[in-house]
Amino acid sequence: MPTPPMLTLTTPFDTRLHRLPAGGKLGALALITLLLVPQTDLRVIGAAVVATALLYLVQGLRFAGYGAAMLRPLWPFLLVLALWHGWTGAYAAGAAIGGKMLTAVALANLVTMTTRLDDLIAVVEKLAQPLARTGLAPHVLAVAIALVIRFTPVLLGRAGQLIEAWRARSPRRASWRIVLPVTLTALDDAEHVAEALRARGGL
Amino acid sequence: MERNVTHIALFTALIAVLGLVPKIDLIAGVPITAQSLGIMLCGTVLGAKRGLLAVLLFVLLVAVGLPLLAGGRGGLGVFVGPSAGYLVGFPLAAFVAGLIVERWSAPIGIAAFAGAFVGGLIVLHTVGIAGMAVVLGKTIPEAAGLALPFLAGDLIKAGIAAGITRGLARVRPGALLSRS
Repeated sequence: MPTPPMLTLTTPFDTRLHRLPAGGKLGALALITLLLVPQTDLRVIGAAVVATALLYLVQGLRFAGYGAAMLRPLWPFLLVLALWHGWTGAYAAGAAIGGKMLTAVALANLVTMTTRLDDLIAVVEKLAQPLARTGLAPHVLAVAIALVIRFTPVLLGRAGQLIEAWRARSPRRASWRIVLPVTLTALDDAEHVAEALRARGGL
Repeated sequence: MERNVTHIALFTALIAVLGLVPKIDLIAGVPITAQSLGIMLCGTVLGAKRGLLAVLLFVLLVAVGLPLLAGGRGGLGVFVGPSAGYLVGFPLAAFVAGLIVERWSAPIGIAAFAGAFVGGLIVLHTVGIAGMAVVLGKTIPEAAGLALPFLAGDLIKAGIAAGITRGLARVRPGALLSRS
């Protein structure tokens, strides 16, 4: 079943890294992260931070901008680290933890940004093959993934409708009361799609 | 089998949607993201095994690069960042919540609240805090301090999950897979 287009975190433009095989990138990421985690020498960590930043910049400023945006959710934690370690004076330890965290997340994001969804799903299906023995046929996983991608926008639309209807009647934010109808939609859609699948011969 | 797969997939979508909609009010004037409410509902409505699978599918799709986490986050980075513990805790929380609703024969509202509380608060935050402690290099009490502001909201979510589960038991009794 071809996966319908859905917004993913892969960048909409290509870089040299996009051409590398998914499995290779994942393996390299795992290895580098494992090597990085136990480091305590600030020079090594500093070098890792610089190398990662260069890796991003070499792909172009547009790409580096995307990368920086993906790191934004970390800023509250970096702030907390700065406050904690600034207060106790343990600057080196704080820099080490912060540097490692930034590098590890940035490298993982790099793989996400440069690898297409279909390639990653192919890796997942390959890794899931041994599970076929415990009852998870790989094509069932593929159908499940396709269903999630297909129905997330549908449920999102339903939730949007309910929020709009709410806003038409109240100046305040929509409350938790919209969750029950959305859940009902999910349950009803689940029944209908199951019937449709059975009508087509089942899984 | 088809019914299991579609319920799991649709609830995975539900978790995503509850993270992607704008913050809703849990009580008047207090905006909060509803994603962990979706995790709780996977357990209380689908039961332990299907709830677990729905959340595992969700975590898998986040790993594969879909922006399904609250705020449109996703990708492999979240698995090595400070919130990684919560991603591990999500499936466990749903499983425990479902287990309690399935095994405890109390009225559905009470069992669902207990499940949502034990799963969505105790289990989820225990694992989540442990994860933060590891990534940020802090002690457990220090990391717990970071989670503190979210506990009140999650307690309210557990109550809402119980209310929704009970409402579903009345409106669609056959659909409540945790009690069928």
